[in-house]
Order: sequence, then structure tokens, then C-alpha cells
Amino acid sequence: MIRYANPARFMDLSGAILPWLAAAAAALLAAGLYLGLFVAPGDYQQGDTVRIMFVHVPAAWTAMMAYALMAAASLVGLVWRHPLADVAAKTAAPLGALFTALGLVTGSLWGRPMWGAWWVWDGRLTSFLLLLFLYLGYIALWNAFEEETRAARAAAILALVGAVNLPVIEFSVQWWTTLHQGESIVRKGGPLISAVFLWPLFAMALGYTLLFFSLWMLRMRTEILDRRARSLMLAGET
Amino acid sequence: MLALAFFAAVATLVPLGVGSDLALLARIAGGVLWVAAVLASLLALDRLFQADFEDGSLDAIALSPLSLETIALAKIAAHWLTTGLPLTALSPLLALLFGLPAKATAALFVSLLIGTPSVSAVGAVGASLTLSIRRGGLILPLIVLPLVSPAVIFGAGAVLGALDGLGNGALALLAAFSFAACVLSPFASAAALRLNLGS
Repeated sequence: MIRYANPARFMDLSGAILPWLAAAAAALLAAGLYLGLFVAPGDYQQGDTVRIMFVHVPAAWTAMMAYALMAAASLVGLVWRHPLADVAAKTAAPLGALFTALGLVTGSLWGRPMWGAWWVWDGRLTSFLLLLFLYLGYIALWNAFEEETRAARAAAILALVGAVNLPVIEFSVQWWTTLHQGESIVRKGGPLISAVFLWPLFAMALGYTLLFFSLWMLRMRTEILDRRARSLMLAGET
Repeated sequence: MLALAFFAAVATLVPLGVGSDLALLARIAGGVLWVAAVLASLLALDRLFQADFEDGSLDAIALSPLSLETIALAKIAAHWLTTGLPLTALSPLLALLFGLPAKATAALFVSLLIGTPSVSAVGAVGASLTLSIRRGGLILPLIVLPLVSPAVIFGAGAVLGALDGLGNGALALLAAFSFAACVLSPFASAAALRLNLGS
């Protein structure tokens, strides 16, 4: 693993992998959308709105995965002081925030016809909103420092504190919604999901994941090139 | 003192906003006073290490035989003694203005007593992270507020539980959260202090 953590080697390797990864993501997303929009029937209760699930659920999964990856990269960066891990953590945050926002927006669009409200104070919605704030705080903290290494370490500490606290927040919000009995308890989307819904969901989930990794890799490459350009400029000035 | 006045002022604004219906006010008192207490605690937070950092005494403190973790714990204790504890002491008076029954007022008092240390502890992590940032006071609430949401949930939940005459275990959960926050935060806070001191 450490062997590939060398930025120069990472640039070579990611340059070779990225087109394939992006192509696979595009193919899976296209297949998933086709299966989800044209092959899968409308649900007998939810009608066509059930199709929102195919863009919503994978976004939520990806958003949580992004936080886990960001926290893992932060830990590596903090312990081994490896610059590539800092780059990985930094570039994962805006993507994670984006997927979180996407999950919230698509969930809201689904909630309007299903629950009759754009927003309900349901456990999962609320904890996702808090996740979005955690991402925004992380990004704001990173941008507030002028010095890169200091920013990386401060943000890494925050990411780890957040990672420890996230299960607690999740638990407390779930506890809170069961306290407020009644209207906003989410009914799980049917007891059993049939295969005709499951396949597009899997395809979309894998497609979202690969899309995340493609964008992540692209952002990491951009960040590394940006740092190189900046150090070249600094070298040119002196 | 400032935090206390702020706490009282926020609590006074709420009835002006939602109306003077005492039944409604009693219902929301726990949540309102908890949110007001958290906001009031945030006020003093950005000065927690700032003054020591600016005049260099934090460097001197860091050189002392005491570990930075101990220093962070002491700072957390000091912050709580000057904000959390007075806020707790004032809360029964404000609860009275909200028409909260005695039993729920007791729950509010106890929940603030055991819950506000967690706000100081998590807040200290935020304060030490944003120490060397200019205008760090703007980022501090964004970092700290989502992290202390469990304290607000359990604290206000305990008051609601007492109001409805249900024992819902909120106080025990709040105590657990507060304890864990006070134990773990000094380490995160000390790590953040070290990086801001540039060692």
C-alpha cells in the first residue's frame, strides 16, 4: 500500500485506471437507469415515485461511505503524516457533502408525494442533515488555515472526532424519533423488495460507488497537480 | 456573567416569538432552555485558549511539566464552572417563567447539571482546533453544534419525559454521553493545541 502512496506513482497508476473506472461507472449508471426507469414496473402502492429510490438510496450509501473513507484517510494522514492521505481526505469531503445533499434532495422529492411533506423530522433525515453540517464544518475548517499541513492535521482531528461521534448522533436521533410517537415514523419500503427492483438498485449502487471513486481520483489528481504548479510558481519567484 | 445575561435574553425572546400560551411554553421549555444554554456556552468558547495563545502564555503552559491533556481538562472544568454551572443555577428561575411544573423543572436542572460539561468538553475541542485561525469564532459554532446534538436531544428529552410522567432513561444516556465527552475530549483538544502551537 505504502508503495503506491508515492504521489508520482499514484499519478501514473491513477492516470491509467481513471478512464476505465469512469467508463465502468457510466455503463453501470446507464444500465441501472434503464432497468430502473423502463424495465421495473411501478410499485402497486407508490406508483412511479418508487423509481426515486434508485437515485436516492445509493446516494445515501455513498455519502456514508465517503465519510468512512475520509476518516480513514485522516487517520492515516495523522499517524503516518503522509501527504497523499491528506490529499485524499481533503478531496473526499466536498464529494461526500455533495452526495449527502443529493440524498437529502431526492429524499425530499420522494417525501412530498409519499408523506405529503417536503421535510419530516424523521430520524434518518435528521441525522443526514447533521452529517451534511459535519461535512461543511470540515470543509470550512480546512479552508480557514493558510498552511496546508496544519490544515490537514486540524481537519483530520475533526474528522476523527466526528467519526467517533457519528454513531452517537445516529443513536440519539433514532431515540428522539421514537420518543415523539406518531406521524413521522418511516414505514420501511415494503416488507420484501422483489428482484425486479433489486437489480437496478444494485447496479445504481455500484455505479454511484464507482462514480464516487472516479471523481475522487480525478480530484486527487487535480489537487496534486495544483500543488506542483504552486510550488513551481514559488520556485520561479525566488 | 455575559453568558448568563445572553441565556436569559434568548429565553425571554422565545415567548415574544411564539406567544404567551403557558401550556405551549411549558411544553417547549425544556428544548428552548437547552438550546439557549448551548448557545450561551458557545459565547465564551472562542476565548477559552485565545487570550493565552495571543500573549504567548500558552507556549509557557505547554512547557510546564503538566501534560497538555491535563491543561485541556482544567480549561474544560474552568469553562464549565463559569458558564455551565451558573446557567444551571439560573435555569429553575427561567423554567418558572415558562410555567414548567416542579417535577419537570427538577429534571431540567439535573439534565443541565450533568449535560453542560459535555458542551464545554466538545466545545474545547472546537476552540483548540480554531485557535490560530483569524475569525475562528465563525467556524467554531458550525463545528461544535452538530457534535453536541445528542446532549440537546437527551437533555430536552428528559424534561419532556418528566412532563409526561414517563421515565425514558434520557438522564442515564445523557450522563453516558457527557462522561464519554469529558474523558475523550481532552485528548483531541491537546492534539489540536499541539498542532496550533506548531510543535
